[in-house]
Amino acid sequence: MSEPVESIESVKSIQTPIRLEYSYTAGRASTRFLKGMAEGRILGQRCPECTKVYVPPRGSCPRCGVATQDEVEVSGKGTVTTFCIVRIPSESLSIKPPYAAAHILLDGADIPFFALIQECPFDDVRMGMRVEAVWAPRAEWSASFENIRHFRPIAEPDATYDSFKEHL
Amino acid sequence: MRDVAVISFAQAPSVRRRLDANEVEILMPVVQEAVARSGLPRREIGFTVSGSCDYVAGQPFAFVSALDAVGAWPPITESHVEMDGAWALYEAWVKIQTGDVDSALVYSFGKTSMGDPGAVLNLQLDPYTVAPLGIDAVSLAALQARALLDSGRYTEKDLAEVVARSRRAAKANPNAQLRGDVDAARLLAEPYLASPLRRHDCCPISDGAVAVVLAAGDLARKAVKRPAWIRGIDHRIETHDLGLRDLTRSPSTALAGEKAGARTGKLDLAELHAPFSHQELILAEALGLGDGVQLNPSGGALAANALMVAGLTRIGEAAKRIHEGEANRALAHATSGPCLQHNLVCVLEGE
Repeated sequence: MSEPVESIESVKSIQTPIRLEYSYTAGRASTRFLKGMAEGRILGQRCPECTKVYVPPRGSCPRCGVATQDEVEVSGKGTVTTFCIVRIPSESLSIKPPYAAAHILLDGADIPFFALIQECPFDDVRMGMRVEAVWAPRAEWSASFENIRHFRPIAEPDATYDSFKEHL
Repeated sequence: MRDVAVISFAQAPSVRRRLDANEVEILMPVVQEAVARSGLPRREIGFTVSGSCDYVAGQPFAFVSALDAVGAWPPITESHVEMDGAWALYEAWVKIQTGDVDSALVYSFGKTSMGDPGAVLNLQLDPYTVAPLGIDAVSLAALQARALLDSGRYTEKDLAEVVARSRRAAKANPNAQLRGDVDAARLLAEPYLASPLRRHDCCPISDGAVAVVLAAGDLARKAVKRPAWIRGIDHRIETHDLGLRDLTRSPSTALAGEKAGARTGKLDLAELHAPFSHQELILAEALGLGDGVQLNPSGGALAANALMVAGLTRIGEAAKRIHEGEANRALAHATSGPCLQHNLVCVLEGE
């Protein structure tokens, strides 16, 4: 005996979970960077054509399309180029909102990266603010970007807008 | 129609697992070599298009970061297909036909070793009723091979002979992964992987990258001595419902071949993208390739099969033999989807 189709409640959605596992290959440039992290150093690479310094390096200059090989150690100090205060929780992040996420341009680098700003009220976070990396205790270091816990303000005058406007 | 030619070709050696380099590091020298061989200044190439799959790379928008290998400043006109690079080449050919551009860089990359290709390819199946079964590409190919043997047209020995010819041909291909002298009788003594397929009937897992440059008319003639002209290119797809297909035939390949002009003149060679040995038999039959046509002089996908790369490599290998004067008319084929679902045929010719 079969039910007439009209009387069957229609299926509006199904769940088909996908799980894929990968064995990531960091590659030459990222391997150098991550090994530098394990030693408490921030290593970038300089483009032989346009001389820009990429941190973290990916082994190439996306502007010029050439390989980058010259290694450059950059400072743990930098400038907030732009930021936002995040108030929406994310399942994939362990950090609880609200928190300040910022683009930070390290001194000596030509490309900013994302990091958290902590140890100051949110109201203080601003473009041009000078900050420094706060490293995890040395015993906890591994070949990971997470060795840098977050950035915190330092007592230096703000960088001028012109000094970082190319990097927004 | 504008005359469009493949004017250069470069590839990374295909290996089981590249631990020394990420995708960009594998791809960059390949792109640079293809551009250098084209004789065209990189910034004068009108269009850039790539083929790759984020599920192979294991990260969203992997194709965007791959642009690091190309150099995208000043801004370039760029596109991407989530497919084998052969379809990226098709897009480039159409773009040149529109008259918008006169040249194009086409590349693809696949670091297949990072994930589980069986699980990755499962995701291209019907997501409601087939993919959740968990069936992988080798098992599906084995179902197809079984149907082919049951049709009575071929035997397991025919499959083994395809493999032996691939391995032998690959001896002359420095970029191949599997090569050597093996005889069919010894291959038949090996155990099954997924009956009736043995391990050697299945393509290897490969990391690789490939790039070609296309140019139109006089630009191609000026750039290189002997352009490989695309005389016809076409692709056709069959239903996603495996149960509705005769898996022992490839009507989409036959139709694409007919539209591309595969049967309108004598072919010297054919590079067929057959990741499984029995698929080469189905493809050769669909295209009506007779004894005079050399099949897979590079060794084909049984010798090297980086996902998303192996199809474009077929076009490059065929074009290379025209560039070097070894062949005058060649056919290249690429496939996508389970059991030869989607097929592209490209016919190339010297001047």
